[in-house]
Amino acid sequence: ICFALLCHRTKLILILECQATKTCRKYVDLATNTDNANVKVLIDPKQFSRNEANGIIIIDKLQPRDFHILFVPRRSLLCEQRLKEKGVLNSFTNIDEYILDLIPYDGDLLSMESESSFRECYLENDQTSLYHAAKGLMTLQALYGTIPQIFGKGECARHVANMMLRMKREFAGSQTQILPVFDTLLLLDRNVDLLTPLATQLTYEGLIDEIFGITNGYVKLPPEKFAQKKQGEGGKELPTEPKKLQLNSAEELYAEIRDKNFNAVGAALSKKAKIISAAFEERHNAKTVGEIKQFVSQLPHMQAARSSLANHTSIAELIKDITTSEDFFDSLTVEQEFMTGVDTDKVSTYIEDCIAQKDPLIKILRLVCMQSVCNNGLKQKVLDYYKKEILQTYGYKHILTLKNLERVGLLKPQSTMRNNYPTIRKTLKLWMEDANEQNPNDISYVYSGYAPLSVRLTQVLARPGWRSIEEVLKMLPGPHFEERQQVPTGLHKKRQPGENRTILVFFLGGVTYAEIAALRFLSNMEDSGTEYIIAATKLINGTSWIKSLMDSPEENLP
Amino acid sequence: SPYGTGVAILTGALRFTLATNIDDIKLRRDLSLCLLQWKSGVVKQLGWTVSDDLLCVQEDGTVLVYDLLGGFKRHFSMGNEVSQSQVLETKIFHSPYGTGVAILTGALRFTLATNIDDIKLRRLPEVPDLQGAPSCWAVLTQDRQSKVLVANGSHLFVLDNTACTPVTPPGLSPQASSIVHMCVSFSYKYLALLTDSGHVWMGTSNLKDKFVLLLFSCRCRRPKSQQPSAVVMWDGLLLVVGECKETIQYHLDDDSILVPELDGVRIISGTHHELLQEVPGACEEIFKIASMAPGALLLEAHKEYEKESQKADEYLREIKEQSLLSEAVRQCVEAAGHEHEPETQKTLLRAASFGKCFLSNFPPEQFVSMCRDLRVLNAVRDYTVGIPLSLTQFKQMTIQVLIDRLVYRKLYPLAIEVCCYLKTPEYQGVSRVLKHWACYKVQQKEESDEVIAKAVSVKLADAAGISYSEIATKAYESGRTELAIKLLEFEPRSGEQVPLLLKMKKSPLALSKAIESGDTDLVYTVVMYLKNELNRGDFFMMLRNQPVALSLYKQFCKHQEQDTLKDLFNQDDDHEELGNFYVKASYKEQRLEARIAHLQSAVDEYYKAKKEFSAKTTEDEMRLLRFQRKLEEEKGEQLVGFSLHDTMTTLLSVGLHKHVEQLYKDFRVPDKRFWWLRLKALAEKEDWEELEKFSKSKKSPIGYLPFVEVCIKHHNKYEARKYVSKVTLEQKVKAHLAVGDVEGAAEAAIERRNESEIGTVLSRCAATTDHLLVERLNRAKATVAKK
Repeated sequence: ICFALLCHRTKLILILECQATKTCRKYVDLATNTDNANVKVLIDPKQFSRNEANGIIIIDKLQPRDFHILFVPRRSLLCEQRLKEKGVLNSFTNIDEYILDLIPYDGDLLSMESESSFRECYLENDQTSLYHAAKGLMTLQALYGTIPQIFGKGECARHVANMMLRMKREFAGSQTQILPVFDTLLLLDRNVDLLTPLATQLTYEGLIDEIFGITNGYVKLPPEKFAQKKQGEGGKELPTEPKKLQLNSAEELYAEIRDKNFNAVGAALSKKAKIISAAFEERHNAKTVGEIKQFVSQLPHMQAARSSLANHTSIAELIKDITTSEDFFDSLTVEQEFMTGVDTDKVSTYIEDCIAQKDPLIKILRLVCMQSVCNNGLKQKVLDYYKKEILQTYGYKHILTLKNLERVGLLKPQSTMRNNYPTIRKTLKLWMEDANEQNPNDISYVYSGYAPLSVRLTQVLARPGWRSIEEVLKMLPGPHFEERQQVPTGLHKKRQPGENRTILVFFLGGVTYAEIAALRFLSNMEDSGTEYIIAATKLINGTSWIKSLMDSPEENLP
Repeated sequence: SPYGTGVAILTGALRFTLATNIDDIKLRRDLSLCLLQWKSGVVKQLGWTVSDDLLCVQEDGTVLVYDLLGGFKRHFSMGNEVSQSQVLETKIFHSPYGTGVAILTGALRFTLATNIDDIKLRRLPEVPDLQGAPSCWAVLTQDRQSKVLVANGSHLFVLDNTACTPVTPPGLSPQASSIVHMCVSFSYKYLALLTDSGHVWMGTSNLKDKFVLLLFSCRCRRPKSQQPSAVVMWDGLLLVVGECKETIQYHLDDDSILVPELDGVRIISGTHHELLQEVPGACEEIFKIASMAPGALLLEAHKEYEKESQKADEYLREIKEQSLLSEAVRQCVEAAGHEHEPETQKTLLRAASFGKCFLSNFPPEQFVSMCRDLRVLNAVRDYTVGIPLSLTQFKQMTIQVLIDRLVYRKLYPLAIEVCCYLKTPEYQGVSRVLKHWACYKVQQKEESDEVIAKAVSVKLADAAGISYSEIATKAYESGRTELAIKLLEFEPRSGEQVPLLLKMKKSPLALSKAIESGDTDLVYTVVMYLKNELNRGDFFMMLRNQPVALSLYKQFCKHQEQDTLKDLFNQDDDHEELGNFYVKASYKEQRLEARIAHLQSAVDEYYKAKKEFSAKTTEDEMRLLRFQRKLEEEKGEQLVGFSLHDTMTTLLSVGLHKHVEQLYKDFRVPDKRFWWLRLKALAEKEDWEELEKFSKSKKSPIGYLPFVEVCIKHHNKYEARKYVSKVTLEQKVKAHLAVGDVEGAAEAAIERRNESEIGTVLSRCAATTDHLLVERLNRAKATVAKK
């Protein structure tokens, strides 16, 4: 479900998140019982039909006793039907929809925030989110012009492209004539590259997400590190509320370091610290009134920079505590062994030990899935051994989760086919031995050696083109294709020499921060000649991704 | 009796009267549109909607809707209360929400609906002391709400949703006299009241400001203009009352009625239709006697130029000297817009064009668009079309609405001409007109399906954005299902086809079209419809042929109808899914027997599906559950629901080693994990003696480093040291470091000649205290590096 503040001219609308209300009748009851009576119920139809437990109620102080319902992201006949069955449909004066497809997250990032999109597409064969993706892309095209070229890889990509072409036919004649902003759209299925999200991200932003979890652009951090500031007030009490920080490119420092490999962040921070203190030192040089005035005028900006620096230094310390731990190092080593193809066909002692110590289940699942993906499936014996270990340790109920992972292809028994992962790795140069973390020259820096497959595909598409890797593309699941959309004559973009091409990369099933960092790196690379805008059904990391695939029947035991 | 009213918003020249016999409604334009034989009840009021439909309000509160050509469209009722107490008076009004109907019932209560297309009846509060029909009343729209203004004798009330508020217009003393007429301006901004003492009161409609109070009498309608003024008609006399105390008088020959408009008032009599409006500024400037306005001079200059007189130059010079030429051109163009005679328009435009010649950089847009607009206006003002709009009205109405009006009159060719001429985007213009034409065409009964389908497709082939489904709906409504299906084939938006296909009971086609559209909500809609329509067998069969629909339906069942889900799996012989289903079901059960029964079913299904592993695992689960229950009963430990691992840990913590051994054997727990488990459990209990015994029981399959680490974790360095010596060479350094023995670690590292290990140890050395050690390590490192 997505949160959005709806501003209706001068009216003040409050949004309350309302969970755990059992049925829709409850929504209305709740609404009636509140003092501020006019209520808009924002219902995510998907959530509604799923468990009837999520919704947002908007209370409008101005007009009492009126109920409005807003569907997000789209009006659903099914949901209306259900409201009717419950006999509450007539309680609403207005039934409307709040179309929310692609939400801008940053200057170059759009997300649909559809959590279960991957699960729905690959596990449940429910392509609702793809329909919304296609609709979102149509809206985007209505605003920024028809995208002349569409490339894609994977079943879902094919489906979205088909829907887009169909919708284009349907809307024939009604489009506005706009000069295309995007030259190319690349649709990528997540299941083309199952490996990348499983690996631990090693960029600054990626690590923040891996360790603390970024939700809707905010991160909640343990408060201890942020407490010292108030020393002067003599308060020894530590704040108990987690510290909440907004993370986006509006913060100058963050924009600078977010996509760096974490090992390069320390240097960047200390450099910044020097610059800031030098700037503060300036005051001693300020002699004339004019100079002092100029210095004072810069103060707010400098103070903001200083507090931003303090925040990020604290975060970096928190992360460093974890990255320097032996545990982190060991699991990273194992990950890298898998990615380079070392001993992927045997039971890994490390995983065994982790299970024996009952480490978090998701960590285990990430590693086992990674081994399976890197080995193009595990030997039946190895697979069964892992499964048995997991079930005995974490409970038999996880058999359903394991089946889910098998169905989406994250876990599989080895087929008679050759393991083609090494070929893919070599052809696409997925492993770079000497990844430069400080001054990267290749996208592999985001995983300290591993170059994300999805981004590599994007890079090859831009230059020299997919024709050069036809063989590898055939090894990856799903069809690859190219479509062209007619652009009215006169709207053909005449590119100035030196002007960049713009590619919109749409990840169906989610994208990680490290992949975003890699694409940004490609955008910023000199002589790349291509700028990337990123869209996704959801911003994910390995943990949230595996979690979305888990199935744990609620236990109603006494 | 003048029952007729004009068309409301900007409609213009629809002149129509009602014959004295109310059973015979005759609609008349300059050419009559249609003649309607009235067969229904007693009509109380006629009125027009914003979309040019005729509303006939009957005595019993029923409202009948007719289209412009007299075709019956639909009817609706104003509620039970109205039909019981009968309609006394009715007013039809327009608001931002559409056309509304207000009714005064026989019980002297008001009921109103603000939008007849979405009827929500509102009964207004009672007016106090109302004995008979009020002397007059009117509907106002203020603050997004429709209110009724009622005059009962000298008392004036405002009725809104909640209350009836008495009001007094400022300057009109309440005891003065009773109000016999009232009129609200077209914009709802102004109000005029007429009292039986012959006073006219004018003010704003919120009754806060008064403009003027005059002595007069009669019926009135008032137009809006720059200066608020009212038009009062009394038999053959027409008076225009303004803010000043003077009046303008006209004499009318016929019985007429007045229709207020945006910029004037229409006077409609049996034979004539006149528009009374204030002369627009630009026209006044130019045509005023002896006007020296730039426009007037330019017109004069042009006239002289036509006559080939040199005076033209003089006039022109005069304008140019004041550098007012562009102003003059603008005036002429504007005045042309307000003129109704094409000849005058031409003269003015020619003058403007002439003036333009002497200007450089004069923006041409105004002139060009005025020429276009006038051309369209003149075309629709023609008596065969009969829409005499003024330019102001046309601008207010927008071209879209004008095209609608033409379409309602079935003037398709003209509408298309207008669209093409004005270059309206196809989607809003030509395509829309063609769609309306097609809708009309499919209702023509005399032609065959093939002929119509062909005619429609040929005409509409090149037009973009045509909604064939709307046309098909029309065809279906007029009973031509076959034609509807043929037409639907042309619809590019599959989503649009579905609802109609369902209505026509073409459900398989509807389902495949819904799937084609990719809109899952639409698929759900069809699936739910089919579920109610078909018997279960047929329904399942149909789903089987549509995998997309089937998987969506399964999702639905998962949340709503578990049993149906089971049936679906059964039908497909999907034993694995059935197994999963039972596993899930088992977790919903409270009682252990029921859980085990479900699990047993799951085992059976897994075997049928040849899923050995799943079956065996589930059997294990049952075994574990039974074991847990047995122990629970015997020992009173809470165990059911724990994983095997947790069960064993719990048992170890309470010292039930024998049972743990049994589980270890029964479930074939690998040695390594078993060792880990016991190690951790013993450390947890801090049973160091037992731990030491355990370490010596056998050679550890996990090595001894874990022993060291676990002890350290429980802050027992002493115990940890015991195991350091047992650790293998490779892990020695780590072990030493773990117990904090840097020297030991250094020793081990140097012995192993491992550069990275030496490095690790170095990083742990404090340079001040251990400098000897550091030196040694550095030396060793150097020698290793040399090799």
